[in-house]
Amino acid sequence: MAKTNYESVVVLTPVLSEKMMQEAVLSFEKLITENGGELIHKENWGLTKMAYPIQKKTTGFYQIFEFAAEPDAEIVDKLELAYRRDEQVLRYLCIKLDKHAVKYNERRRNGEFNKPKKADAPAAAKPVTTEKSAPVAEAKVSPANTEEEE
Amino acid sequence: MAKRKRYKRTPIVRPKKYCRFKKSGIKYIDYKNPDFLMPFINEQGKLLPRRITGTSLKYQRKVAVAVKRCRHIALLPYVADQMK
Repeated sequence: MAKTNYESVVVLTPVLSEKMMQEAVLSFEKLITENGGELIHKENWGLTKMAYPIQKKTTGFYQIFEFAAEPDAEIVDKLELAYRRDEQVLRYLCIKLDKHAVKYNERRRNGEFNKPKKADAPAAAKPVTTEKSAPVAEAKVSPANTEEEE
Repeated sequence: MAKRKRYKRTPIVRPKKYCRFKKSGIKYIDYKNPDFLMPFINEQGKLLPRRITGTSLKYQRKVAVAVKRCRHIALLPYVADQMK
């Protein structure tokens, strides 16, 4: 059967240290790959300010996974169960991607969108995996990422 | 009841609205980018109707879903006093 692409966003508590956060992320990654999922892309936004407080916390670590998996493998169920059991998770969202979304994400990864994601955010909060390009939809402009980042 | 005086209205000429997604060929609306969704919500964080933004029905549905997802992951507020 054809694989389906999924995307999952997790918001982790800001209380964690960088290392603990990485560990939690790794455990979720492992869960995806061990259940036959194929991790396509991951993205870490670092400590990001939230629009409203969740559990009295105003910031959170945002982590995004994009993966392909068989729909029969019930990988999303398992992942969501893991999220729910994990107290470090403030919020999670798992969605199925349609073909346009898959294409869009691919373009986003290749940096076709020229606006940096958080121009005003502190640069220190960005881990290595952070993708800098932002999903700007008026996207036909060629990437000018590098200059704006400097 | 007093009779109301009727005024003859002069038609107001407005530029024709268009669906910006159709125009620029956007097929997928990213829920992870709150800045992009800003034009579709008012300053209280509510979704704007189609008649104001001019979005076609097909994409209005997608906008709505994207905004709701965006709210869920706390990138957009559910309620706000003044956000713009």
